[in-house]
Amino acid sequence: MVKAVVRAGLLTLGLVWVALAADTALADGVKRYVVEGSPAAERESCVEPTERMRRMHMEFIKHQRISTVHEGIRGTKYSLTGCVDCHISYDENRNPRPIDQPDQFCGACHNYAAVDLNCFDCHASVPNRPGADAEAAHRAAGVVGRVASTPPQGGR
Amino acid sequence: MNENATRIASTSDETPASTVDAGRRGFIGTAAGLSAAALVAPGVFLHSVAAAPRSEPVTDSVRWGLLIDTAKCADGCSACVDACDRENGLDLQEPHGSESKWEHQKSVWIRKVKLQDNQTGRITNLPMMCQHCEHPPCVDVCPTGASFKRADGIVMVDRHLCIGCRYCMMACPYKARSFIHQNTSGQLTAVPRGKGCVESCNLCVHRRDHGEESTACVDACAQEGHGAIVFGDLKDPDSAISQRLREIPSRQIREDLVLNTGVRYAGV
Ligand code: SF4
Ligand code: SF4
Repeated sequence: MVKAVVRAGLLTLGLVWVALAADTALADGVKRYVVEGSPAAERESCVEPTERMRRMHMEFIKHQRISTVHEGIRGTKYSLTGCVDCHISYDENRNPRPIDQPDQFCGACHNYAAVDLNCFDCHASVPNRPGADAEAAHRAAGVVGRVASTPPQGGR
Repeated sequence: MNENATRIASTSDETPASTVDAGRRGFIGTAAGLSAAALVAPGVFLHSVAAAPRSEPVTDSVRWGLLIDTAKCADGCSACVDACDRENGLDLQEPHGSESKWEHQKSVWIRKVKLQDNQTGRITNLPMMCQHCEHPPCVDVCPTGASFKRADGIVMVDRHLCIGCRYCMMACPYKARSFIHQNTSGQLTAVPRGKGCVESCNLCVHRRDHGEESTACVDACAQEGHGAIVFGDLKDPDSAISQRLREIPSRQIREDLVLNTGVRYAGV
């Protein structure tokens, strides 16, 4: 019974994603999912197959955080920084837009699914570290060295 | 915005690699390299930074610490404090809206304390930050396990677990901890921080985990030409800090508490 409910839930979530994906295909050139020139753009899928990422990303990140904070392990497969690096988009002034905004990669789905997204109350919502994965993405977007973020609209 | 661009420029200018612990790092590097090669799966991004991020848990084979030579710490200089603020994004926090005094209270991870001996008039300046106690009272009192000591001696707060009760602030004899009263925005990737958590000096833990060799305050102090702070491994007898500790007399602040602090002071 419980299993069936969960399965139905997952199916619904999957459908939501399909709907969202269709929306985006229609949307203008804003690269909401993957930044051109980023490592993600050259890959078939994320660090796990897309279906798995859609359902399990919180599990991945949640387990990750213990080893990162307590054991100092930073060079691993799952990382919130990685999400931001690959999925950030830029406004007309070439400033990265906070990824948790309701029209951005993380924010859009969480908003649609009414899931509270508070990772970015503490974590950076734009890539702003030098010399890391975001570099290629930034170069492609012409924003090398820019760490400015668009000020959050509205806020909590 | 320009200021942020400079921040990047100055950070990426740093050159890692020291002669002092090159051998040890070489060994760790080899070990980590071997296991990393085995672990890397398709789809994993290999970071392009010069020093690789850590892929093995920290161990107690090192204990990080600081030695502060107060004779070299200049009156009126705030290079270390400013550098810490920039490194950890403390300077990005701006009060917005409310009149409440708490909204205007900023986090402080390091501050300059000025002591005067009333008898002699002698003035001593000492930068104070979390002392990275071997037996940290903050960890003892924390009800959630958020305050913890890493194997390499760094005492820090796991913000995922912190409930903001501030027991640790009360317990710390060094007034080292700050509470974030307001919403934050524009945090740095390397230093997540937000409302409702306690925080304090973490010996630039993101630098540690990326194999860099110093802390922001040490770099800034050296750049000013004072060189009053030395960072390093207290367990390595050949490290710069251990050598210096052997050469000059130093002490712990409030030695009577027997906390065996990782931060030592000379000239007090
Ligand atoms: S100095 Fe204070 S915050 Fe730092 S470890 Fe000691 S008790 Fe904890
Ligand atoms: S404020 Fe946070 S870190 Fe400090 S004692 Fe309470 S739960 Fe622990």
